[in-house]
Amino acid sequence: MKQTRDSIADIWGERTPYFDEQWPERVDERVTEEPDNWIQAACVLCSAGCGLDIGVKDGKMVGVRGRSVDAVNRGRLGPKGLHGWIANNSKDRLTRPLIRRDGELQEASWDEAMNLIVAKSKEIIDKHTSLGIGFYTSGQLFLEEYYTLGVIGKAGLGTPHMDGNTRLCTATSAAALKVSFGSDGQPGSYSDLDTANVIMHVGHNIASQHTVLWMRILDRLAGPNPPKLIVIDPRKTYTAEKATVHLAPKLGTNIPVLNGLLHILIKENLINPGYIAAHTVGFEELKNIVAAWHPQRVEEVSGVPEHLLYEAAMLLGKTNTLVSTVLQGVYQSMQATASAVQVNNIHLIRGLIGRPGCGIYQMNGQPTAQNTRETGADGDLPGFRNWGNKEHINELARLWNVEPDTIPHWSPPTHAMQIMRFAETGSIKMLWVSATNPAVSMPELARMRKLLTRDGLFLIVQDAFMTETAQMADVILPAAIWGEKTGCTTNVDRTVHICHKAVEPPGEARSDLDIFIDYARRMDFKDKDGAPLIKWNTPEEAFEAWKECTRGRPCDYTGMSYAKLTGGSGIQWPCNEKYPDGTPHLYTNGVFPTAADYCESYGHDLDTGAAQTPDEYRLIDPKGKAFLKAVDYQLPHEVPDQDYPLWLTTGRVVYHFHTRTKTGRSKELCNAAPDAYVQLSAQDAVKYGIKDGDMVEISSRRGSVIQPAMVGDIEPGIIFIPFHYGYWDNNSRSRAANELTLTEWDPVSKQPHFKYAAVRIRKAVAQDDEEAQAALKHMEEVITNNFKMEGA
Amino acid sequence: MLLGNYLQLVYDAEKEAVKAFNRVADKHGDEPDVYQTCQLLASWSEAHISDIQPELQLYPAKPDTTAEKLERVMFDNNEKGSFALLRDLHDLWLLATEIDICWTIIRQAADGLRDKELKDLCTKLQKGTERQIAWLQTRVKQAAPQTLIVGV
Repeated sequence: MKQTRDSIADIWGERTPYFDEQWPERVDERVTEEPDNWIQAACVLCSAGCGLDIGVKDGKMVGVRGRSVDAVNRGRLGPKGLHGWIANNSKDRLTRPLIRRDGELQEASWDEAMNLIVAKSKEIIDKHTSLGIGFYTSGQLFLEEYYTLGVIGKAGLGTPHMDGNTRLCTATSAAALKVSFGSDGQPGSYSDLDTANVIMHVGHNIASQHTVLWMRILDRLAGPNPPKLIVIDPRKTYTAEKATVHLAPKLGTNIPVLNGLLHILIKENLINPGYIAAHTVGFEELKNIVAAWHPQRVEEVSGVPEHLLYEAAMLLGKTNTLVSTVLQGVYQSMQATASAVQVNNIHLIRGLIGRPGCGIYQMNGQPTAQNTRETGADGDLPGFRNWGNKEHINELARLWNVEPDTIPHWSPPTHAMQIMRFAETGSIKMLWVSATNPAVSMPELARMRKLLTRDGLFLIVQDAFMTETAQMADVILPAAIWGEKTGCTTNVDRTVHICHKAVEPPGEARSDLDIFIDYARRMDFKDKDGAPLIKWNTPEEAFEAWKECTRGRPCDYTGMSYAKLTGGSGIQWPCNEKYPDGTPHLYTNGVFPTAADYCESYGHDLDTGAAQTPDEYRLIDPKGKAFLKAVDYQLPHEVPDQDYPLWLTTGRVVYHFHTRTKTGRSKELCNAAPDAYVQLSAQDAVKYGIKDGDMVEISSRRGSVIQPAMVGDIEPGIIFIPFHYGYWDNNSRSRAANELTLTEWDPVSKQPHFKYAAVRIRKAVAQDDEEAQAALKHMEEVITNNFKMEGA
Repeated sequence: MLLGNYLQLVYDAEKEAVKAFNRVADKHGDEPDVYQTCQLLASWSEAHISDIQPELQLYPAKPDTTAEKLERVMFDNNEKGSFALLRDLHDLWLLATEIDICWTIIRQAADGLRDKELKDLCTKLQKGTERQIAWLQTRVKQAAPQTLIVGV
């Protein structure tokens, strides 16, 4: 075993201070044996998108090292990247298809499994049309796989029921970019961090969620001209500890705080009237709405002191460079899209966009979330096309050589929560889940378990492991994962990386691409001329097909190729004849993709989600100007009351990803964070007679869980539970945070609200069963060794 | 002057809308977006009612000439499920559209009277009604194919 640093004990590693130059290299490496060769790839355990090489010895994965040549990370890797790869080698990988027979999952051949799926599909289509079939995919597959799935759904079956788990983590990012700029696509580049004077993190614990981006900020803080940091987060995270100004709003009050910041900027005339006039529409309406949010009122509603709000606004108002990042504290809260849009507004009214040092990162949660959105696997149309624009539908129909009416575009694509609702009522009869685990990651798990096991629902799960969801499946398809197949990933700053196949998948496991193509062949999907609809067989052929689909669209890939992506750094789209080396910044000329014939969306009412019609949009066609939009504050739908007096919020910890399907199989990551816990304030601990390490029962109107207590670093009245922990490795107690959460979502992005629910707590009755005791003991170690340092 | 009669008409219709939106919210509570959004839209109609009240004092309805109150069979099913939801959203749309045309009619009279306050009020409240209609349109369009084709 060889490692260049212990990323468990020291998450971010040694400093390489810098300012206004290329971020210095630091190569992080961890191998269990010396590799024979290194294969180029990118990390898939968060959305930062770090370039890395996979070490291979005797056909087996033995470690990883960061790619120093890569612009994203310059060689660095975080703890998940350095350790998570070990999951590929797990003994408990799924290696053969399984079919449920007489209630039992039994091994089957690929032919048997695929023929069963095809027979079932045809039976449903015969009786109910393809509206009886839904797909729920991931932010973990490769671009080529999503695009293939998207074409199957839209032009093969013609079902609008397709979404990704990106709905839970990144839908608001896409929605907010569409609202402000007319199309998805992140305006900035990570290189903005090299020069920015002010950096603002809104609902984003970047130190924990994007450790390598945080290393870049720590290096700036250690260098000359360190940036000022503004952090908006109700918890005192490690990120917040480094802040120049930390605003800690009450849960559900992002809109008052952000409206308050805009209020001060406008009142103090810290705006750029020339930019506003030349490049935006809607300023007067924005001004009217935020006029009511003077700092005193903001303090009354959000608890953020007037003087701190003012201090933050002055930093924002006087800087000539600004990077803002937004994540789940915004996306998974009430008024998510409207809040995320307020951050775009700050940049627009100050003209801080489209040049180095000025970036907005509406962060993604997952490594390939951007690809799910680009390719249409989240239900949107491929290439950021607009489902309301007939000409966009015609373009796709020509590209795929199908009739335009084949492509479902009569109403918005069905979002994940609605897909689950259709499955619950029996309207969707076959649900195909790939690379995600809704039985732990969706809200209100009791409801989820009931609908996934409903009689009459045929559940297909395509995964590498026997997840909680797979356990309920009718058919399980064993999938090859990262390292075992080739494909591309696109990160938050539009950098496209290629991940080459390093090793063979275990047993009979197949790549998701191969599985989808096999389904298309067996279903005999044809184009208008009777040729196969899916005209590709390999990842590279799929990539070439995808390139054609992006021609002339904002996410133009036509200048890329597998050869060009191999050997050096990742490349930022758009990359075409005009920009052969890619594009660090969008909107450099202040022209946004809002023109009626080009935009991805005709817009929504931010309060209700009502879709604007094409005709309505043409009347207000901003022809390249950005939108300034604002809303007033709405109270969260569920607030603490006598019966449920505390707020629950949920989130991630640094050592784990999602439902721990990969990170939970690394011994080191698991030891660092072995179990769920409940974090509560010292005041609430006293009030409820709870001590550090006591087992606590937490209940909401939807369910209850039992967790060991961790006391401190959180505001009174709020408790926090990490959402990673389900049941596949510990079934001894109810512990998944989503047993408690609400089924409701943002009206525009349809992203569920995981960040608040009303709960009550009490000390759990003494438990003497061994597993609970072991969990308790683990937690004591965790509390002393790790989480305090991280400030999670 | 019969302006008051139309104000009374729209006042009654908004009251009906509050009841109807809340009723649909309760009845279809298993559809989380319907539950939340219908409550929000009910609160908008509630606000409209208090905005209309002062105008009704200014322009009272003439009792003998009151135009017939809105009467039709709406929300007459007690069923739950997707078909009943579609019918209820359809009825809400009819009701909201009725209110929408009331604003157009009242606005014409306000123009004739050069009553700036009433004109501004009509513009503001009609905007709210249009937003209600826009949501109903969006939701109906989403529900219709699944309900009519798969039918569960």
